[in-house]
Amino acid sequence: MLGWRIVRHAVATLATILLGGLLSATLVRLAPGFDADEQQLDPRLSAESVRTLRESRAQKHSIFRFYLRYINGAMHGELGASHSLSQPVGTLLRERAPLTLRLVALGLLLSWSVAMAMALTSAWLRVSALDALSTIVTGTFLCIPAAVLALLSVLWNVPGSLAIALIVLPRVYRYWRTLLVKAYSLPHITTARAKGLGELRVLFWHVIPMAASQLLAVAGVSVSVALGAAIPVEALCGLAGVGQLAWQAALARDLPLLMNITILVTLVTLLAHSGADVIGHMLRSQEI
Amino acid sequence: MSVFRKLACVALLLVVGVSMAANWLAPAGYAKQYRTQPNAPPTRQHWLGTDEVGRDRFARLLYGTRISLLLAPAAALISTLMAALVGGLAGYLGGGWARLAMAVTDLFLSLPWLFLLITVRALMPLNVSPLASVLVTFLMLGMLGWTSAARVLCTTSASLRGSGFLLQARASGIRGVRLFFVHVLPNLTPVLFAQFWISIPVFILSEANLGILGLGVAEPMPSWGSLLKELEGLVSISEEPWKFASLILLVLVVTSFQLVLSNREEMAA
Repeated sequence: MLGWRIVRHAVATLATILLGGLLSATLVRLAPGFDADEQQLDPRLSAESVRTLRESRAQKHSIFRFYLRYINGAMHGELGASHSLSQPVGTLLRERAPLTLRLVALGLLLSWSVAMAMALTSAWLRVSALDALSTIVTGTFLCIPAAVLALLSVLWNVPGSLAIALIVLPRVYRYWRTLLVKAYSLPHITTARAKGLGELRVLFWHVIPMAASQLLAVAGVSVSVALGAAIPVEALCGLAGVGQLAWQAALARDLPLLMNITILVTLVTLLAHSGADVIGHMLRSQEI
Repeated sequence: MSVFRKLACVALLLVVGVSMAANWLAPAGYAKQYRTQPNAPPTRQHWLGTDEVGRDRFARLLYGTRISLLLAPAAALISTLMAALVGGLAGYLGGGWARLAMAVTDLFLSLPWLFLLITVRALMPLNVSPLASVLVTFLMLGMLGWTSAARVLCTTSASLRGSGFLLQARASGIRGVRLFFVHVLPNLTPVLFAQFWISIPVFILSEANLGILGLGVAEPMPSWGSLLKELEGLVSISEEPWKFASLILLVLVVTSFQLVLSNREEMAA
């Protein structure tokens, strides 16, 4: 059953990546200015050279041929070259991915820890003033654009991972709080408490296992939020990661580079969603 | 209606009213430059001072608020209509159609929202007129923001498929498109309304993010994004606190939307 679920996720991920890649390639191919080449305007080039340049561009006209060539190259580790940075895309991604992964991982760990602590306190103590305070604080963070939080982190010399944590925290907290409050209100928890079970035992034996799969699903979705937050944080804090690279590629309309980053980010997001679902399924089957 | 919700409604109406009166409150317009007074602090003439090229910050805030508050609902309308068509129709038809529509929806949802926005924005020409940049930005938000709403509408529409009134309508000989538009779609109205209102603050925040990253509304047209971009060079808050006026107004408007929508979100879920 678990093996079948993993295979299903793997097939879905591969299909989404292939479809997403085709969609990106189509959009890149149809984007205004794709055919334009500054070299064609160079007055030093002869008519024959210009014609050769046009013919080489014409070979990329078919979207499917363009995409198949890309997939073939990708399977051999060749992701093409960035127009704006004049470097192989593979090298750029290899150089910048570790920083983004570190930022996102630290940001997620921080936001998950704080969100869990806040949600547990809120669901466990049920003090309305505390609940209202945490709702107001997280609600305010939800109303501030991610890019402004990134700017404020520059202003106050706050690390980029903390900025990512502040962007992810309110989204995760709201869902986790609701899930834990719901789990605490179940009849068997009331019975367990009435029978004199300690609060910690109730929490770790009854509440957390009950909500674990949904808590994990929210954690999986938060990976996508954190990756999105990496763009403004890296771009505005001057951190040379994949988010900054995506922003630079967008500003320079470096479409092939952007296409590769899009596929990479989609892959990471899908793996996070699938991982959360598979682990959640394992926890559910253990309960049964 | 709680006190907070009433206050939020009043705040929203006030902000909308004042921004609509921008032509009377700031007749000089958002692009007029007072070249002798660049980077001026607040004065009686310029309530929020001037920016680095001498434009009145208060006028730009009013006009920028008007642009964001007019076009975010327009983008929300586009996305809601698209969600109704894709999600509503997929749920109504069911089977392979629903699976196909939801696969496309999942494809869009698998990419972080900001990544999707900057990727699609980069595919369009960046060097366009300010008016075109406003339209491109909000049209793009509307065309891409339908996916999560489509999921909700697909589920709601699918739950209606076996309902008694649809069986009766089918028995009366109503079929196909007419059945969808006359009987299914009107029953999706509460969810559509909820999705429409929920999308507005999301699009306002998205435009602000794009604007700060230089991929939103082009100068000299003001928007909350381009106004917030001013915070980029700030050294300390106490130095020029009036520069935070646009952020405070944005937070006030989005918070008011959240408060007004708190019961609609439950309805949409």
